Order: sequence, then structure tokens, then C-alpha cells
Amino acid sequence: MQINIQRFDPDKDENPYMKTYTVDTSAFHGVMLLDALEYIKTALDDSLAIRRSCGGGVCGSDGMNVNGKNGLACQTLLKELPEKVTIYPMPGMPVIRDLVVDMSQFYQHYDSVEPYLQSDTSDLEAEQLQSEEDRAKLDGLYECIMCGCCTSACPSSWWNPDKFVGPQGLLTAARFVLDSRDDKRDERLENLSDKYRLYRCRGIFNCTNVCPKGLNPTAAIAELRVQQSEGYNEL
Amino acid sequence: MIAVKAFDAIVIGGGGAGLRAALALGDAGKKIAVISKVFPTRSHTVAAQGGINAALGNVQHDDDWRYHFYDTVLGSDFLGDQDAIEYMCKEAPRTIIELEHMGLPFSRDENGKIYQRAFGGQSRFFGKEPVKRTCAAADRTGHALLHTLYQQNVAKRTQFFNEWFVLDLVKNQHGAVVGVSAIDIVSGELCYFMARQTVLATGGAGRIYHSSTNAYICTGDGLAMAWRAGICLQDMEMWQFHPTGLYGSGILISEGTRGEGGRLLNSQGDYYMTKYSSMADLACRDIVARSSMEEIIHGRGCGPKKDHVLLDIRELSEETIAQKLPGITEISKIYAGIDPKQDPIPVVPTVHYLMGGIPTTPYGEVINHKNGKDEIVPGLFAAGECACVSVHGANRLGANSLLDIVVFGRAVGQRIQEVDNASQVQEASRTDIEAAFSAYYEMEERTEGDAFVSFREPMQRLMQDDFGVYREEEKMQKGLGSLQELRQNFHKSAYYKDKSSVFNTSRIEAFEMRNLLDVAVSTAQSALTRKESRGAHSRVDYPKRDDQNWLCHSIVHYDGGFEKRMVNNSPKEVEPVALKERH
Repeated sequence: MQINIQRFDPDKDENPYMKTYTVDTSAFHGVMLLDALEYIKTALDDSLAIRRSCGGGVCGSDGMNVNGKNGLACQTLLKELPEKVTIYPMPGMPVIRDLVVDMSQFYQHYDSVEPYLQSDTSDLEAEQLQSEEDRAKLDGLYECIMCGCCTSACPSSWWNPDKFVGPQGLLTAARFVLDSRDDKRDERLENLSDKYRLYRCRGIFNCTNVCPKGLNPTAAIAELRVQQSEGYNEL
Repeated sequence: MIAVKAFDAIVIGGGGAGLRAALALGDAGKKIAVISKVFPTRSHTVAAQGGINAALGNVQHDDDWRYHFYDTVLGSDFLGDQDAIEYMCKEAPRTIIELEHMGLPFSRDENGKIYQRAFGGQSRFFGKEPVKRTCAAADRTGHALLHTLYQQNVAKRTQFFNEWFVLDLVKNQHGAVVGVSAIDIVSGELCYFMARQTVLATGGAGRIYHSSTNAYICTGDGLAMAWRAGICLQDMEMWQFHPTGLYGSGILISEGTRGEGGRLLNSQGDYYMTKYSSMADLACRDIVARSSMEEIIHGRGCGPKKDHVLLDIRELSEETIAQKLPGITEISKIYAGIDPKQDPIPVVPTVHYLMGGIPTTPYGEVINHKNGKDEIVPGLFAAGECACVSVHGANRLGANSLLDIVVFGRAVGQRIQEVDNASQVQEASRTDIEAAFSAYYEMEERTEGDAFVSFREPMQRLMQDDFGVYREEEKMQKGLGSLQELRQNFHKSAYYKDKSSVFNTSRIEAFEMRNLLDVAVSTAQSALTRKESRGAHSRVDYPKRDDQNWLCHSIVHYDGGFEKRMVNNSPKEVEPVALKERH
């Protein structure tokens, strides 16, 4: 199989370029694209830079753009790829080197939604109760692995990278707005109430289409808008 | 000139133990930094699935931490330190409630309380009745825990140095640890992180084996740097083989799968665990792993090579599978191409967890055991998988590792608050600092030799073949010899071709390889020396537990020396658990 990878080392390359690797998939153990990339690194070209950690789709390290679609290399089956594969770093984020992108802004948006439970409860000795129904509202939200595939696939994030929170940050915001234990719903909705932070989403579902965990950030964004329309106490 | 960054305390590692320690240190008002080679939520804690043990009694109200204590001591095959186990089990309920308040999205029962499930080796009334003690967020408890702890650190504005790789400890002439040498992966810049207190929370080292449930990043960095700094390692032969690593990729399939009712199956259609243990599929992991190996060895394995077994959850309700095991359903589909509702999951015992590590007190202070004496290493702490408190002894109970990391991560932070003294002189001479960078310069300057990566496969093969579930003298003797030779050659000739500065993963992996080799050698030394079978350490030539000679920790020194160290049998509030056989 032929794997084309965009390469760039800021110390020696003026511009990114494509490099082609011919890979015999029977030469290594493993069935995923990440196994092929590890093989390239080990046997063909040690200078290729990628991020990877768990290799099992839970750490979110190895997001990349494979044949035009963002996804995790560790859960992309080689047998489901065509003979020719083209890999770019995730779009919309500055490239540090090869397939490694700078995710600082992505993390800043995450931080900006205050991604932590804020509860006024004073009884710290006992667990807070939460009904099974209330807990079920967090399903589809808390499982996010912060790989960045969604935000990197979102045109609204490309146009307003500094102002639009992006699908990942908004999914996280919804995770806390909908948590029955959280007492800062109004503040959280207010925090998203300008023209850009929440409302730049145009509902095109790119995020949902690429999420390797099968989550639906577009639905989470819609839920936040519903919550806003239902009203909250402005601060 | 090497840059210097100064802190009161630094935490090496951004997994569960490191992040919990950071919160405690932040609460204590210390100027701290967390140094992690990956963004914290990429740490391996994220991959834990089944849950975290605490005798909350949400399901059976008569559960008690004393039963949890008993199970953990018995599970450890009496190699666990009973004072530390007592502390952990007693602290567990309050620790879970603390995590709940931090926002951890636990699954809930019909009363709105934290959901608890059955897990291996857990009982009530000292082994008499089964119990549901494992608190869970579906089968993604590690993910939920790690993200919650990271979120709390965002709230507390903890300072992170993400994608920095620590090379070695900096030790001064008085034997105190005064920080670490490190490299910024993104820029290639070197830095001496100066600190009065250094916390190692670097996790496990499963990558010494060929097949492992562990992430690529589990390379034993903290273990190796402590060992090289002259600090002993303890019980390094004690590697847990998880009974249900996914066949092929080795990805973890949670013990919670059996906790919810899943059963192991051989090629003849027998649910074989009833034959081996009264606890059947919920026996301790060492027992289940050996039972599966027996099935495979006796030709009852599955598949064309008869080299694995099956995990059957087809009888579980759709609701249980959807709500309690969504993660393993997803993993089975993606990585094994099967729907576990229709077909059983192919699994095989796979290296999962190191019970041994850097010996510490129950407060996380690092102990150096030399010439029969325990000495506290000034300025150094350890918590989590890299530490050996020891609460897991020779076999860890499932769902005790997440508990370990939060209980002892917090304990380390609190201990530092008690002992750290700002006026304490912490001097490192130029020579001390340079010593911690010397290996870096040596390999950086080497432009020819053997590619560092060529050492990986031979090491992993040796570990897999000679230090697996079953072990014997002759193979281990040869294995140790080969590993030592491999390590020597590595020090003489290993190099990386790519000398670029920016995000040079080749360089980082070369230093990880150096660490892996140290951990592999320490495991081999310990395994060869312990002439008995206890917990996860099964020797075909010494098949019995030998309490007369081996009811002790094994201590290995970097120079090859070996010592025995007493196990603590003195819990404070309860009677110690008396020796007995395990079934």
C-alpha cells in the first residue's frame, strides 16, 4: 500500500511537502493505520513525527486527516483504506512538525467553558445523589477524548478560531450545563451568549461525522441553544 | 548553558496519581509544576475501565472497609504491606465521595447512588459472601477519573509543562534529590527543573513485554531513573497478566465484563473457571490468568492456533451491555471485528500491571533499602504504578489501582505539605546537574552504531518468552544474561539518526528504550532470585508458596545486588490477616 504523508520540519523545510512510503502490510503485526505509521517510523524513516499513546482509541493522541477525513490512526482499519492513502495533519491548527499540530487554542477554548463541576452543596461528607435519568443526560457528552478531530473539521472554527468555542468546547459546556449536580447553569449559558462563542455553529455536522467516539457535538450545541432560549438569569 | 526553572515541588507524570498529588500540593499553597511527556489526558489512567473499589455499601449495606482490607491482603498473597493496605481501604469511601464532588460522572443505581458492581477477589464477611464494591462510570471509569482530575487542575490553575520528557533525577552530594533534568519535546530545549521535593508519578512499564495492555508511553521512566540514581526497586518480578487482553492487539477488556456476568469459555464449550476456583470467573487475576493458560497448554484453546480463549457475554441483557459495557462493545467491534452480543470475545492473558516499583512509606516517601536498613531519600516521593507502597503485593485486585493512585497521590501531596520547609537548603553543584544530563549528551553525540529501535524487539521477546505467566530457572538465567548483554550494548552503541530539535520523537523513544531496558533487567533479576510461587510469580520449578523463606519483599540494586525486606504485618486498627492458602 502507498502512504503519502505531509512532512514539515520547521528547522529545515521552508514549505511542507509530500513524501510517499510504500508499505508491505504483511511486514508488521497489527491491522490499524497506526501500526503502519509505527512501522514506517521503525523500519523506513525514523524522522516521521506523530503523537500516539494508548493505541486503543481512548487517549485521543493520534488525530489526523486521512484521505480527507479526520480520525484516529489507531482505530482506522488498514483493510478499509484504499491502496493509496494520503495523510495530512489535522486542518485548522498550526503544524509543529509533520503530523503533530499545535492544539493550544483548542485547549484554551476548553478552559474557557470552565470545564469542572461547580456545586454549591455544603455537605462534603456524603455523595450527591443523581437519578439514573439525570445521569443519562451526560451520556454522549462525558466520553469526549479531546482528540480535536471535530474542532479541526469545523469551518466555523477555521474562520473564527479565536472567538468560536468550537464543537469540543461546546460539547464540554453542555456536559456541565446538563449535570444535575452543577449549580452554575445560568453563568455557563451567559458565558456563551455573545455572537461568536456559541452561535457561529452553522449546523453542518462535520464534527459529528468525524467524531471517533460517535458523539454528536452538533446536538449538544443545539441543546445549549434550547437552554438559552428557555431563559436564564442574566448576571 | 542549561536553563533552570525553580519550584517548591515538581510532579513527574500527569496521570491519576500525578494530578491528584498536584491538587493536594496546590491546596497546600506550594509553587508547583506538573511535568508530563504527554498532554495529561493522554496518560494511561485514561484506559482503565472497570472501576474503583470502596466499601461504600451502596448495594449491600453491610459492606465494610475491613472486608476490603482482608480481600486485598489475601489477593496480594500476603506480600502486601498490611499497614498501607489498611490505610488505603479505610480511606477509600471518603476518597470516592471526594471524587464524586469533583464531578466524576459515576453511573448511578435506582436510588441515585453511585453504581457498584462485582469484581474479582471481592467478598463480604472475610471471604464468605460475594459483594458489589467496585464504583463505576460505565466501563470508562479511568477516562472519567482522569478527565475529572485534569478538570480540577484547570480550575486550580496548576502549572503544566506538557510534552516535556524527564531524563534523570538530579541528586546532590548529600544524597538528596533536588529536581530533574528534562527536555522540551516541542523545542528540544534542555532544562534543569530545580525543586525541594520531586514526586515520581510516571506509571507503569508494560512495554518491556511484546504483548501488553499498556500504552506506548508506559516505559517505566520513573522506575529507571530512580534505579539509576542508586535507589532500590522492590518486587519487580510481580507483573500482573490480565486474563482478558483482546487477542491480537492486547487491548484491555475490563474485568467488569465478568463482574456483570460474562464467563470464560474454552474450545470445547466449557465455562472452565468453575473447575479452578470457588469464585469461578471472579477469582483473582493471577488465578484466572493461570487457569486460561492451563486450558491453552492442554489444547483447549480457541482459534486455528488454539492460542486464546473466549469471553462470553451473550447471555447478558441488552440493557446491561448498552449501559454498563458500552466501551467493551465498541472495542470488540473496532479491534476484533465482532459484536459481543452475537459472538464471544477472543481474549488471552496479557501483561497489564506492575505490582512492584519504587518502595515508599504509606505517605509516599521513597525508601532506599540498603544493607538491611530502610532509609528515606530526602526530596523524593513516588505514587501510583511506579511506586510500591506496597498495597498490591504479589497480585493486585481489579479496581484497586485507581484507588491506589488517588489515595496515595493525595497522601504524597499532604506529606509534602507537612515536611517541606522553604528554608531548607537545596544545593546542586554544577557537577550534580551535569551528571543528570551526561547520558543525554552521550547518545546525542553518537552518530553511528546500532539503531536504538533494534533493541526493542529482542528485549520484548526475551521478556515474553522467559518471564511470562510461567517461569523457570534455566530460561530465566539465560534470559537475564541476554538482557544484561543487550543493555550493555545499548549503552555502548545505541544511537538515533535524527538529531533535529523540534518534536523529535525518535530521540525521546531512544531514552524511553534506555528506561525499558533497565526495568526489564530489574524484573529478570528479581524473578530469577525469588525461588517460590506467589501471586503473579509462578515458577514451575518451585510451584509452592514458601513462607519460611520468601514472605518478604525482593529488593534489587542497580549494581546487581539483592536483598530481602520485611513485609509489614502490623495494621493499626485491625488484626493482621493470618497466613492461609488462596483458592
